Amino acid sequence: MAHEAKRGPMSLARRTRRSASTAVLYALLIVLALYFLFPTVFMVVSSLKTDELQLMADMGGVRGFIPYGEIGLGNFQRVFQEMAFGRFFFNSVFILVMTVGIGLLVNSMFAYSLARLRFRGRAILVSVVVALIIVPTESVVIPMLLMVNTVGWIDSYQVQIVPFVADAFSIFLFYQFFIQVPKDFDEAALIDGAGYWTVYARVILPLSRPVFASVAILQGIQHWGRFLWPLMVTRGETYRPLPVAIQQFFSQDPKAWGSIFAFATMTTIPLLILFLVFQKWFVQSVASSGVKG
Amino acid sequence: MSAPAIVLLVVFLVVPFVLSIGFAFTDQRLIPNPNLPTSFVGFRNFVRLITDSTFQRALRNNFTFTLVVVPVQTALALAMAMLVNTRVRGTNLFRTIYFSPVVITMVVVSIVWYLLYNPDQGFINRTLRTLTFGHWPNVRWLQSTFWALPAIMILSVWQGVGFQMVIFLAGLQDIPTELYEASDVDGATRRQKFFHITLPQLRNTTLFVVISTTILSFKLFHQVWVMTRGGPQESTMTAIVMMYRQGFQQGRVGYASAIAVLFFCMVLIVSLLQRTVLKEERAVD
Repeated sequence: MAHEAKRGPMSLARRTRRSASTAVLYALLIVLALYFLFPTVFMVVSSLKTDELQLMADMGGVRGFIPYGEIGLGNFQRVFQEMAFGRFFFNSVFILVMTVGIGLLVNSMFAYSLARLRFRGRAILVSVVVALIIVPTESVVIPMLLMVNTVGWIDSYQVQIVPFVADAFSIFLFYQFFIQVPKDFDEAALIDGAGYWTVYARVILPLSRPVFASVAILQGIQHWGRFLWPLMVTRGETYRPLPVAIQQFFSQDPKAWGSIFAFATMTTIPLLILFLVFQKWFVQSVASSGVKG
Repeated sequence: MSAPAIVLLVVFLVVPFVLSIGFAFTDQRLIPNPNLPTSFVGFRNFVRLITDSTFQRALRNNFTFTLVVVPVQTALALAMAMLVNTRVRGTNLFRTIYFSPVVITMVVVSIVWYLLYNPDQGFINRTLRTLTFGHWPNVRWLQSTFWALPAIMILSVWQGVGFQMVIFLAGLQDIPTELYEASDVDGATRRQKFFHITLPQLRNTTLFVVISTTILSFKLFHQVWVMTRGGPQESTMTAIVMMYRQGFQQGRVGYASAIAVLFFCMVLIVSLLQRTVLKEERAVD
């Protein structure tokens, strides 16, 4: 008891110091939050301003972040009327779903066989996959352009899907996860007479939901923003994805900023909503992409 | 089971990679000219590249960008991770906000910042002028040979730092709490804890963040292509912008392949450095 009494005044002093440092902490957190929010808020608010002159007049100050004045969905309507936005949006979604979907299957199958099957050269294959992680797409696009041109794939869906299905980093993430799954599980199934396919589908897949989610999210973010390659391999509007479409719309003069922001908002919102809903998964998948210390 | 992935990796990664090395030694063009068959030119492309002032400028810009962005982004990411790792209310919300730019496509980010950087009416100049009581000069961000690259650096950090923050956060949460408890007993200050526990424990995470950010900075293309196309006066030219211009727009596949090969060598050297440092670390353990 005496001990407690002695600590009383000290803990008061400490408490004041702590609440002061909490205030500083919150101040820092809030300033950073404003910094990371303002461009996004500016984009969404501006997309709602149907009066271009007001948008331009507002953008220098606080009013650029407040929806007031002539507010409406006119910019969004114009984007749909004046260009094939629906088409671009479908293209992006379709390419993303196909690339990620087929990729999950193909990459996980390969990783499973690397982690479980015994065959000659397995160890070498693993190191080849690890080595391939560092080959950036950027360093192979020029010859790849020549290749797809030869087979007449320019301006198509497959040219934007097939080259990116197999991904060394995804294979590596799957592999790392699979080797941690205890072998007893699949060995029990194998003894029961199941084949490798059954083990993969019935034992491994259900256990591996987290790694599937991680790979899907990391790949999804990447494919949604893919720009350099579609810029080279799409010609007309038919197969053009969102990033190329918005960049071309943006480079037309005079710039219709209201519509540009409506386009930008519609390109951003789907992924932003997915992120807000599956936040925990997004954070976990990004964390899993780093090395374990 | 492994066949589909192997075939795809070979056709769309290994073959084009080998081809790019091959093309780098030829005068291959995108649209073949029947009157001028492709021929072997030895090291001519590389010799030309090294003396090409545009390429020198691109390399210089790539290195400047990397030397500024990597330390800034890594330090900021660590600071943010430590901030949201504190035990106060609402850190989850702040983490969400800081991470949100990561899910915004770089092309969109560049377009939004393009208007924010508007010299006369843009939010950034106006705000800086207010904060400095009117002393901030009318910086013509993207039209200025001096400011264009820093402007692109700022938005790149804005978009990418949340990703590294999450990686650091995972690293921080892996540090055994006993280490901090033990140091409390020894009466260590906050500063001592940071330098003697946090930083050493985050060594591998930091290395990973530094290396991956370095490689990303070498790839710099989207922001530049949307905002400045390498200008004004090549002040934002990068290796990939130049490769795109040479290979795609001018059809000089041989020359562009030489750029790709040199670009890959830079990435390889950085990655090998990472491996060496990591191995040393393990050897010490």
